[in-house]
Amino acid sequence: MSTSVSSASAGSRADTVDSSDAPLLQVNDLHVEFRTRDGVAKAVNGVDYSVRAGETLAVLGESGSGKSVTAQAIMGILDSPPGHITGGEIIFKGRDLLKLGSEDRRQIRGAQMAMIFQDALSSLNPVHTVGAQLGEMYRVHKGSSRKEATAKAIELMDRVRIPAAKDRVNDYPHQFSGGMRQRIMIAMALALEPDLIIADEPTTALDVTVQAQVMDLLAELQAEYHMGLILITHDLGVVADVADKIAVMYAGRIVETAPVGELYARPAHPYTRGLLDSIPRLDQKGQELYAIKGLPPNLLHIPAGCAFNPRCPRAQEICRQEVPRLFQVTENDGTELAGRGSACFFWKETLNGE
Amino acid sequence: MAEQPILEVKDLVKHYPLSQGVLFRKQTGAVKAVDGVSFALGKGETLGIVGESGCGKSTLAKVLMNLERATSGQVLYKGEDISRLSGAALKAVRRNIQMVFQDPYTSLNPRMTVGDIIGEPYEIHPEVAPKGERRRAVQDLLDVVGLNPEYINRYPHQFSGGQRQRIGIARGLALKPEIIICDEPVSALDVSVQAQVINLLDQLQKDFELSYMFIAHDLSIVRHISDRVGVMYLGKMVEIGSDLEIYDHATHPYTQALLSAVPVPDPTARETRDRIVLSGDIPSPANPPSGCRFRTRCWKAEDRCSTEVPLLAVPSLLSGPAAHASACHFAEVRQTVTT
Repeated sequence: MSTSVSSASAGSRADTVDSSDAPLLQVNDLHVEFRTRDGVAKAVNGVDYSVRAGETLAVLGESGSGKSVTAQAIMGILDSPPGHITGGEIIFKGRDLLKLGSEDRRQIRGAQMAMIFQDALSSLNPVHTVGAQLGEMYRVHKGSSRKEATAKAIELMDRVRIPAAKDRVNDYPHQFSGGMRQRIMIAMALALEPDLIIADEPTTALDVTVQAQVMDLLAELQAEYHMGLILITHDLGVVADVADKIAVMYAGRIVETAPVGELYARPAHPYTRGLLDSIPRLDQKGQELYAIKGLPPNLLHIPAGCAFNPRCPRAQEICRQEVPRLFQVTENDGTELAGRGSACFFWKETLNGE
Repeated sequence: MAEQPILEVKDLVKHYPLSQGVLFRKQTGAVKAVDGVSFALGKGETLGIVGESGCGKSTLAKVLMNLERATSGQVLYKGEDISRLSGAALKAVRRNIQMVFQDPYTSLNPRMTVGDIIGEPYEIHPEVAPKGERRRAVQDLLDVVGLNPEYINRYPHQFSGGQRQRIGIARGLALKPEIIICDEPVSALDVSVQAQVINLLDQLQKDFELSYMFIAHDLSIVRHISDRVGVMYLGKMVEIGSDLEIYDHATHPYTQALLSAVPVPDPTARETRDRIVLSGDIPSPANPPSGCRFRTRCWKAEDRCSTEVPLLAVPSLLSGPAAHASACHFAEVRQTVTT
């Protein structure tokens, strides 16, 4: 959802694109479904978001909320079948990726957008050295020779601060620790200096002390190359540390978008509010934690109306009947809050904490 | 803790030998997974154990459960050493110490119904519930953990992750134990479901007077649920104290670094936060550094740290909440921003 509302450009909907500075990536009304034996699972149901160069968008959601599937659709690595993109567009640097052929997309993938996966051990090939895997980027995309590729691989490993890169270039993935492997994943994503990086839970498998190192490295490299970063995570702490803006997903839809500070200070969707309230806080020690009741929905049977309504403390009749669109969130006096949207009929009440 | 602790661990060691040779088993070294850990757990108390992967916290749980034999040291349950027990005596003690595992997807047998899973402990300890009453007992347990008692004939795959963890908890409760060891009980669950399970554990503790040993890496959850917290690094307990002492007055540099590295869900703290980013990874437990094990990553390390092993003791120079056991030669309070 691009909600940088500028007065000059008026769009058809509440959200308009700031034409002066077109986003690097814009996802419009994306739909993805998985056709399984048990029925059609609607994993992504109309997702809009945008990322500019140098900006960090955090996509926050639980498992099954569609955050990873959206990323896979953007990268063009969705397993198909059973996955099918049934609607929407993915505009990257002015071109709709969904209209491109597979060869064009292959050219873009890796060179212009790259992905960092969660589990580095299973994402790296165990039977090739890390040098060969890093060098492959240059050999395939740039046609470099073996020697050049190895030299480049060492350079990359230095960049992500792997000690003694020269000696370790011929090591295999299992010879590295978890944090080092994740650095190699980052190096691989950075190899061709892409404009956009999608990091899918990049630090979930790591320990906190190593997580801090890796996130710092990622942030530093992002600033240096002025890349757009989509950070997919479920960790509210990581998001608060690095994100510029946040999109909260639930059951395949974006339920709230906001700049990072405002989301934490004044959530405008009951789900976001519930997530924030369920973080243990100092002053609540010994008391019962706030818990969102119930379970995330089964994507084969998404509840009618707002998908969150069976778990929502605020649900009314309208929530069970009508799917709320992403409303522009405004201050009480009507001034629009830039970049804020909430897919809740009662966003105003939620925002004011009533 | 004036009364006798329900569980007391004294200088517990678990080494996994690395051996070579056939005729004489020549031991070439050992993975020192747990290397001299001591602590006590009082009745109705929750002791949180935090530490990074590989620090030995799960091995510690296994040794306490007698799933692994301790290499040396004592585990005293109500004053009796249980680490050397076997046969009937061990079986009797095990009834009182149960475990809840991390991954609710692999710790439940997919071919057994929920009723069979929760009722299986009764097969081993028939004295707890006679055959005729088992079904009722299982249904009661389902009710206690917040599941519909009619689900007794369902299979694990018909439940979500949070519900499965409830089944695991019900199984742990079946024998009415006094101690439950929870090894990362919520880390595999969705954020919105974690709070439900934490609340359940809290409630059960009050209802049944349980003592918990709560192993986790999520420091904010540990703080919420624990009365006391122990911090482990590379097989050693480096600091232990009440939650206030550890979180607000940490004196060991590792604890300070760990606390400062935790991402705080508050974007306004982004600039002001004083973070210590440690360099490097945890050394191998097969070949730990001499002296203080943390010295290779510590910014305070001096020569003394490489020669002299710091003991887990209350530093004599400190007072107030800072005066709790800390295994550092240079223990002092540093102002850290915590969750």
